[in-house]
Amino acid sequence: METTSPPAGTWGLLFDSTMCIGCGGCSAACKEQNGLPDRIEAEPTAYTWTVVDKVGDRYIRRMCMHCLSPTCASVCPVGALHKLADGPVVYDSDKCIGCRYCVMACPFGVPKYQWDRPVPVVGKCVMCAPRIARGEPTACASVCPTGATTFGRRDALIAEARRRIAAEPSRYHDHVYGIAEAGGTGVLMLAGVPLPELGLPANVPDRPLPQYTWQVLSHLPDFIGVAAVFLFGIRWITQRRELVRAIEGADRPVEPPAGMAHPEGGRR
Amino acid sequence: MSVALPLPRRGWKLGFWSIVFWVIVALFAYVSILRFTRGLGATTNLSDRFPWGVWIGFDILCGVGLAAGAFTIMATVHIFNIHRFDPIVRPTVLTGFLGYVFVSLALLYDLGQPWRIWHALVYWNPHSVMFEVAWCVMLYTTVLSLEFAPIVFERLRLDWARRTLHLFETPLVILGVLLSTLHQSSLGTVFLIVPEKLHPLWYTSMLPVHFYVSAIGAGLGMVILESHLSGRAFGHALAMDLLEPLGRAMVVMLSVFGVLRLQGLFHNGALGMALGASYESRMFQVEFVLGVLLPVALLVWPRIRRSPRGLVFGSSLAVLGFIMHRLNVSVTGLERASGVHYRPSWMELTVSVGLVALGMGAFGLAVKYLPIFPHHGADAGHGARQPAAAGR
Repeated sequence: METTSPPAGTWGLLFDSTMCIGCGGCSAACKEQNGLPDRIEAEPTAYTWTVVDKVGDRYIRRMCMHCLSPTCASVCPVGALHKLADGPVVYDSDKCIGCRYCVMACPFGVPKYQWDRPVPVVGKCVMCAPRIARGEPTACASVCPTGATTFGRRDALIAEARRRIAAEPSRYHDHVYGIAEAGGTGVLMLAGVPLPELGLPANVPDRPLPQYTWQVLSHLPDFIGVAAVFLFGIRWITQRRELVRAIEGADRPVEPPAGMAHPEGGRR
Repeated sequence: MSVALPLPRRGWKLGFWSIVFWVIVALFAYVSILRFTRGLGATTNLSDRFPWGVWIGFDILCGVGLAAGAFTIMATVHIFNIHRFDPIVRPTVLTGFLGYVFVSLALLYDLGQPWRIWHALVYWNPHSVMFEVAWCVMLYTTVLSLEFAPIVFERLRLDWARRTLHLFETPLVILGVLLSTLHQSSLGTVFLIVPEKLHPLWYTSMLPVHFYVSAIGAGLGMVILESHLSGRAFGHALAMDLLEPLGRAMVVMLSVFGVLRLQGLFHNGALGMALGASYESRMFQVEFVLGVLLPVALLVWPRIRRSPRGLVFGSSLAVLGFIMHRLNVSVTGLERASGVHYRPSWMELTVSVGLVALGMGAFGLAVKYLPIFPHHGADAGHGARQPAAAGR
């Protein structure tokens, strides 16, 4: 599987919970940018790709983390999800067959399905890939009035996050969520408390999740070769044994062991 | 319950099971219309938090596993050359073939856009377990249909076609065993990617091996049960001289599975949890005691194993335990992480039950019109000794 060190040019987002005022501008801008229905929803759905959630007196954005080794892209049987070289994990609805393995496997619970439609597709944040391709920041970052969501190169964002923690250690919990989680994510998060307290998963392994299946899948081609030869070999041995028995049996009728007896009719 | 089908000698008499069968089929048809006109949300209890339910957990995971008897018996007869099992080859291949056909049908219900199922052939993602399973299931269903075809050719008296296929018998059987080994285990690999979601009572990096071993055990159990059911329906007794050794093999596979399960718990540090009283612990206890310990403890005794009733009872336990394990992996073990309690809707259950009923109906029809059993109604005690039963 691909390594976890991102290409130098990977774009990302830094969300700083301590700066967020919960205005929801990011959510609205996202809807406008991506042509999503206007209705306001409390949590992300296939029609709402990001929301600002309030936990106690803190705000937290719910959105795709744009993993460096995306689980969703790894599990998709038809490759409808894939990671672009510059960072966004995007979705091709024309390929999707609707197996929902991505919905099931994503460690952050991000891909959502259009359960209400007879011809459904998946919905998820695509980091405004068309805007990035034009050299513009994501819609959410461009409208954020406080700078709680910042767009930039992932390396630079990590440096900025560490700078903020160092500058105001009392303001932040000393952990940048997304540097290591799930092998690293394009979206990084900072808060005054551990991010799991704001609803992000606490037990996501640092090992990229696609490796858990790839360590099995990658051995299958070798396995097929060995197993095929092995099975043909057994067949060859058992056939020959039968042949020998038949020839010997023709000379002198030997009583085969009781358990091995088989009817003459079974032979061809 | 293939008795749902009218038996040849009795004519089209409308018995209790026939009525049950047609009621199920009617409901199934009704729900099918709802499913494809209104979508998944209107018919299932699935959600973004719980995107896979009983259609994956039962219809696909259990359906594929319970059809594992086909490749097991084919390997026994054609690779290990143990030809005394010839008489059960045809019913087993029929079960396997129908099993995979109905698994594929179930998949069409579960996929959001089933008309795009061919995409897996065109758009490749070799990193996806699902991609590998899709290819293996598709190829193996083809193999099964080629293994089943000679029976049809025999009925149609197409001797040349039968002889042509016979030339490829060994490669086909070996291909079938390979493909089965790959996808039976890969159904377990599917869940390797959720180490943080699947409960430690079920998650282990050995899941592919668990699924493979348990499928062979349950597949053998199904061969025994299906011989029992079709024996009842078509009026011949169990061929105990064939089924008893299958029971023994099943005990071995169940025991291996039991040891693997305990090792998995040990490595997860979950042995204490296994004895606990949580929802998951209780589900595990039922699964393990009823589905592994009890059938092994019963069938290890020759007296029980050699009595038709004991063998059928033990096999039923093993099959039920197998179904529980797969539902626990795909549903129970994921509930806590999802934060919701998933219970299938009556419409989901109707589709599952309907597909099983239709599968049994198809089995009954096939037995009626095709040379599946050596001879109907004969003393099955000698069935094993009948020549050319499965010789193709």
